[in-house]
Order: sequence, then structure tokens, then C-alpha cells
Amino acid sequence: MTIGRLQDAKAGYPGRAPAAATRGGRSRRRLALRRDRLTYWAFLAPALLYLVAFFAYPVVRNVLISFQNYSITSLYTGAAPFAGLSNYRAIFDSGLFGGIVVTTAIFTVCSMAGQFVIGLGLAVFFSRRFPLNGVIRALLLLPWLLPMVASTTVWRWLLDQDSGALNRTLGALHVTAGTTPWLASPHLALVSVILVNIWVGIPFNMVILYGGLKEIPEELYEAAALDGTGPVSRFRYITWPLLRPVTGVVVVLGFVYTVKVIDIILVLTGGGPANGSLTLAVQSYKLSFENFAFGQGAAMSNVLIVIALIFAVIYLRINKQAFQSS
Amino acid sequence: MPPYRAATRHRQSRKSLASTAGALVILAVMLFPVYWMVNSSLQPGATSFTTSWLPVHLGLSGYRQALSTQGGHLVTSIVIALAATAIAIVVAAPAAYALAKFPGRSTRPVLMSTLITQMIPGIVIANSLYQTYNSLHLLNSIPGLVLADASLGIPFSILLMRSFMASIPGEIIEAARVDGANPLRIFLSVVVPVSRNGIITAALFSFLFAWSDFVFALTLTSANTVTPVTLGIYQFLGSDVKQWTPVMATAVLASIPAAALLVLAQRYIASGITGGAVK
Repeated sequence: MTIGRLQDAKAGYPGRAPAAATRGGRSRRRLALRRDRLTYWAFLAPALLYLVAFFAYPVVRNVLISFQNYSITSLYTGAAPFAGLSNYRAIFDSGLFGGIVVTTAIFTVCSMAGQFVIGLGLAVFFSRRFPLNGVIRALLLLPWLLPMVASTTVWRWLLDQDSGALNRTLGALHVTAGTTPWLASPHLALVSVILVNIWVGIPFNMVILYGGLKEIPEELYEAAALDGTGPVSRFRYITWPLLRPVTGVVVVLGFVYTVKVIDIILVLTGGGPANGSLTLAVQSYKLSFENFAFGQGAAMSNVLIVIALIFAVIYLRINKQAFQSS
Repeated sequence: MPPYRAATRHRQSRKSLASTAGALVILAVMLFPVYWMVNSSLQPGATSFTTSWLPVHLGLSGYRQALSTQGGHLVTSIVIALAATAIAIVVAAPAAYALAKFPGRSTRPVLMSTLITQMIPGIVIANSLYQTYNSLHLLNSIPGLVLADASLGIPFSILLMRSFMASIPGEIIEAARVDGANPLRIFLSVVVPVSRNGIITAALFSFLFAWSDFVFALTLTSANTVTPVTLGIYQFLGSDVKQWTPVMATAVLASIPAAALLVLAQRYIASGITGGAVK
């Protein structure tokens, strides 16, 4: 510190002509600026390289693969002939595509709605003060933090038709016969997959929405309470409008996370039975890694990425303000 | 104290105790699958109707079986997750510092691209990474999975640490510079210690992302060469499961890091979820 101060003092030596000092100052500032730019790019370079290698390049390459006839032999020979639109034609004409899109839409919309409504309910509930609030809220994060494969494996057993705890309990309570095919019937399988995905997503929604609720000034509620406003109106006219920015983020991120879910579906149903829970992401996996039709798998996942990017743009629009303020 | 106020306080405390009770019920419902996993992992021979609601007939044979078949997979997972975390932090921390403290015209586009990368579905990356890895001979290898898994944590870590580092006062960096420290020295001995919490949070999440990875493990390996524990569990499920105890014991073992992090580093995790997602 002292040495630095001394150097500074020397530079601004009073005996020097003032004009020379400012010129020296300006060039020194320019030098500092150039040094800062150099530091910036040097520190940023490894991350940029990584992002290009593991995100940008694969996405571009995936587009190229979707126009090639990329088969298992291509892996050995490296040759993949240009195939035009035939991969896209194959997936659109397969007779499955419409069903897959509908399943993906139902899966995504129902999962998001369930996660959001329950997550918001829990966030409102936990914004009250009561003993153990913090500890319980932290423990509720567990479903979201556990490896999805591990927690979904438990659900696979819980929902098992013959040996699952759910049927066992429902049967013992005489609610049902205890033989509901949760994962073995095409329609129920989709319901089960949605329920498990909601379970996984609740904590994330709760945490973000809870943070949003805490930002709302307490005085607004106090004023409303003085005016005799009921809890429903308070929610409608204070909580909901002021929560809007956070809600936007939750919905968009929820969409992006849900539409790409693979683990839950593969572990619970494998996309079946009778393609009842087959989504775009799962089918893209199956085409590439079970049928080794990499071109078609790429085409299918490009459909997925277009949908995700549309939402990404919306997300950035929402976040734009946050960027400009920082 | 006037009696009416005591009564109000009494009513309030009753109300808040009722809230606690309600919260405990919510917790019990939400964590039932986790309880079931632990409960049945401790009951040998948990097949179907034999599993009881409480682990009264304790036995560790499930864990013995799990460790003998999945022990190697757990080690693989630990190695991969630790290495991926190290790479993620070494790559992301300097970038976060540059974006936070030397912002320029390119900063906004870089941040936006970082945000967008988090939205690209993993299967898209896996699909084309498979071809690239095939020609680079990185399929079925630990380095291959480490590099792929690190990419799960990097964008998140950049965004999270940037918001931490933005709050470092410029004066301490300037002071170090005046002292003649070069940028790398400033970063290592001033910025890193000051943003310790941000780095820990980013590391915890990078570890969890890599540990929980399934898509890369499933697609970039084959033929039982390199098997992280998530893939090990999935392979268990391939055929009709008759013995659930060892499966549940493996699931418990695979869940330990997440649970431990939640207990040991709770404040970091809460700040990580909000910090990385919104900012």
C-alpha cells in the first residue's frame, strides 16, 4: 500500500508541467483501460470456450445431423450422406408425432399448473410466522435436491400395481379394489408421470415464490387489513399483481425444465405403455439411442429446441429489466 | 400486562402452533417417498406385502447387497462429480469475476447466452456429443463424462458467482492493484477469499448437478464400462424387480450427498436456488 502511494505521489510530482501531467494521466488511463479489456477477455476465455464446445457447437451440429442419414455405420466410417428433409418427413409421417406432441403438451401444462398452484399455496402458507418454519421449509427442498433417478425409483415401487404401497393402502382402506394399474394403463401412466413430476417441482416453485412474497412490503397488507380487506381480496389486489415478475420467471423456467424431462419418464414407464407417456424428449432419446437413427433423433430434438427457445426469448424479455438495472 | 393483551397473545401462539402442526403434515406428505425409501431399505426381503410401515425388523443386508453390486458405481460417481465440480469452478469463477468487475459491450450478450444455454434440453447436447465423443474416443470414459457433467454446472455457476462478485467493493481491488499485484494475483488472493460463500454455493450445486446426472451417463456410456450410480439404479430396474430392498438401499446411498448438503449447507442452498434462477 505505502509503495503504491509513493509511486502515485511521484507521478504527480509538483515540479512537472501541468499539461504534461494530464497527458501522462490520459495515456496512463488508456493503458489501464486496455489492461482491463485484456484481463476481461483472458478471464472470460475458458468459460466462453466451454460454452461454445458444449452448447453452441452441439446445437449447430445437431441441426446438421438432422439433415444427414446418420446411422450406426456412420459412427465407424464417419460418412453420413446428405438426406435433405427425409428425417423430418420420417418423424412427422410416423403416425406417432401428433400423439407425442399432445402428450408433451398435457405433461408440460399439467405439471406446471400443479407445481405452480401447490408451490404458491405453500409459499403463502410459509410466509406466516410460526415455530420451526425455517427448518420445515428447508426439509421440503429434499424432493428437488435428490437425484431424480433415485426418488423416481421409489415412486416406481410405490405406484406398482401388485406390490406398491399406494394400491396396498387404498385397498386396505376400501377406497379402491387395490388393483389400479397406475403405471400399466396408457392413460393412468401419463397421470402418474405428471404427479411425480409435480412432486419433484413443488420445492423449486415454492422457494422462488416465497422469495417473491418476502419482497412485498408488509405495510401494504397492514393498510389493507386496516381497511377491512379480506384475505381473498388481499391476495387478488396485493399479492398477485406484485408477484407478477417472479411468477413470469417461475412459469418460463418451469416450462423449460419440464419440457426436457427424461429421467422421470424413463424410470417410471419408459414412455409406455402403448406410448401413453411418450414425450418429444423421450422419443428423441429412443430414436437416437435405442433405434440408432441419429438423424431422426436429431430432428425430433430440434423440434424440442425450437419450442424451448421460444420460451427462452420470453424469459429474456422478462429478465431484460433485471439486466438493465444491474 | 392487561388481561386482553395476554388473551390475544395466547390466541396468536395457539394459531402459530396450529400452523406448525399444518406444516408438519405437509412435510410428512411431501417426504413420504423419502421415508419409504429409507424404511424399506432397512427391511431385508422387502418384496411386496411384507414391507411394514415401520422398520421393526431391522437388517442391513440390503446395504450389504447394494455395496457389493453398486459400491464401484458409487466410487465412479464420486470421482466424476468431484472432478466436474473442480472444472466447473475453475472455469466459471474467473468468468464471473470478469463479467462482474470489468463489464463492457460484450457483457450483456455473454450473460444472455449463458442464460440460454441453461434452457437447451440435455438430449440435444447428448445426441450430437455422442458423435463428437465417438471420433475423439471419449465415449465410455471417465474424462468424457467429467467434461460433459462440468457443463451442467458452468452456466449456473457463472450467473451465481457474478451476482456475488458484483457486490465486492471496487476499492479493495483497486488497492491491490496499486500495490502492484497482477490481475491473476488480485483474483486469487483478494476476489476468491472475499466471494467464498458464492463459490461454495456454486460448487455445491455443480456437485449436485454432476452427481444427479442421468442423461449423459445413459447416452455417453455403453456396455457397463463406466457406470455412475444413477445409471446403476436404472439398470436395476431393467427387468421386473423382485427384490426392492437392495434397490432402495442404493437409492438411499445415492441420496446421501444431497441430504448431507441440505443439512450442512442449508443457507447456501436456499440462496443458490433463488440466486441462480432469477438473477
